[in-house]
Amino acid sequence: MNQHIVLSAHGLIKRFGGITATNNVSLDLRRGARHALIGPNGAGKTTLINLLTGVLEPTEGRITLEGVDITQLAPHERVRRGMVRTFQINQLFDTLTPLETLALTVSQHQGVGSKWWQALGSNLAVTRRCEQLLEQFHLTTVMNQKTNVLAYGKRRLLEIAIALACEPRVLLLDEPVAGVPAGEREELLQTVAALPEDVSVLLIEHDMDLVFSFANRMTVLVNGTVLTEGDPDAIANDSRVKAVYLGHGDEIVQEGANG
Amino acid sequence: MKDSLNPLLVSRRWKPWEAVLWVVALVSPLMLPGHALIINEIAIVALFAVSLDLILGYTGIVSLGHAAFFGMGAYTAALFAKLVMPDPTVGLLVAVVVATVLGAICSMTIIRGSDLTRLMVTLGVGLILMELANKLDWLTGGADGLQGVVMGPVLGRFEFDLYGRTAAWYSITVLLILFVIARRIVNSPFGATLKAIRDNRLRAMAIGIPVTSRLAVIYTVAAGMAGAAGALLAQTTGFASLDLFEFHRSADVMLILVIGGTGWLYGGVAGAVVFKLMQDVISAITPQYWTFWIGLFLVVLVMVGRERLLKPWTWFSRGGKA
Repeated sequence: MNQHIVLSAHGLIKRFGGITATNNVSLDLRRGARHALIGPNGAGKTTLINLLTGVLEPTEGRITLEGVDITQLAPHERVRRGMVRTFQINQLFDTLTPLETLALTVSQHQGVGSKWWQALGSNLAVTRRCEQLLEQFHLTTVMNQKTNVLAYGKRRLLEIAIALACEPRVLLLDEPVAGVPAGEREELLQTVAALPEDVSVLLIEHDMDLVFSFANRMTVLVNGTVLTEGDPDAIANDSRVKAVYLGHGDEIVQEGANG
Repeated sequence: MKDSLNPLLVSRRWKPWEAVLWVVALVSPLMLPGHALIINEIAIVALFAVSLDLILGYTGIVSLGHAAFFGMGAYTAALFAKLVMPDPTVGLLVAVVVATVLGAICSMTIIRGSDLTRLMVTLGVGLILMELANKLDWLTGGADGLQGVVMGPVLGRFEFDLYGRTAAWYSITVLLILFVIARRIVNSPFGATLKAIRDNRLRAMAIGIPVTSRLAVIYTVAAGMAGAAGALLAQTTGFASLDLFEFHRSADVMLILVIGGTGWLYGGVAGAVVFKLMQDVISAITPQYWTFWIGLFLVVLVMVGRERLLKPWTWFSRGGKA
């Protein structure tokens, strides 16, 4: 296997009854990649993420992480092996504070998550890391407020901070800036741009400005299949991709599949 | 630097009012000698409620079968005293172990399924155990209950007296010990992962928390604690009956948590005090219809909200705080 490929999907197929949401998708994520996954609504982007993270089980195909087959692993075991995701719709712990949220995530990651006699926060390595993350994600000022009262932009930052607290080697970002108001957007874009270089990122995003400023590799997904893959310039000039975004996507896919 | 992270440790620290509360509890059998029996009962119910709070309030598992473990603990303690030895402490430990094992077995039934199916399964386990206790009458005394349980002195020194004073102290002490353990658990990293599971199971999985094993562990711990409460009841009353397994026990303890507040260990204690005192006072006035008043109280509590009910001065200031 290629040493530079961190995450690899081979021939993934997912059928829901008669509907094929993911149709024979193969994808390689290189080490340190900034890889964007784009495609119109309903192209199956989120389904693909759910397959990669183990929330859904593929009908066919297999997934390897660092050369190890993880197709059968439970979601939390994939996290332990370094693949972490964020969610398109915030999935936070509403009654906990950002500090508590990060402290429990870091504790879990550092292997003290099952300690039941010590207090959360009594571990110095955990609290240090929390401070760092709170700082990095501009959450220090709100760290003691309940998550459900935070501004949307802050909640979005926390969403990503939680993922980073797991020290991912592969990070799947599902529309990180979706729904973030303009005023809070800049903060978020900065943190996305400042993600550690050695983390391989797969980004799903509709915002083309972000995609083209961030990605050095792109995959276009249409109707559950890969239409094309290439570097940003090639994708920007691809007439089939343009057609998909301007409509008539179905015909193009037929052509693409046949040719 | 360290100050900024104090918040995590604040909730763990014992506050002065907590110390006062426990001192008052321990002195109460002396101060109110005529009420030691009900104090004992309150301590037992409080322990039962705290055990349910671990799974309901902190982990979000709704159970209507928690009495299964309460009953199991009670019958084990009673049988142990009758057949093996009358020492209460040993009996209590044995009862806890047995209830814990039962909890571990039953935990496999609650790690799968939706909330509703889980609710039904917990209910079913309670019914099965009740029927078993009923049918195995050669051992359990069946519908007549297990009578003639005679307990030895606590720690070989403190005889159970007729007024229930020793019983009350015994129960309060066990409650305190297990409460401290529960308090440790909920403030630990383990406890925090439980709250994470309660708040958002999908995300809990996505940050690497082994959700099923966490659920199984806390369910087992809560079962052991409920078993301790049951054992205390059997030991201090010298009696175990089918009634211990009944559905209304599971429902009552849930009411107690609703009254006192879930996800807060003192909620179980406060709820137990309020519920038992109400039951005592109202049933003295109107023995047949006391459940009506408890019901009315619950409806008012839920409609008005605990917060508002406890702060009468907010009743007339409309939305002043919003």
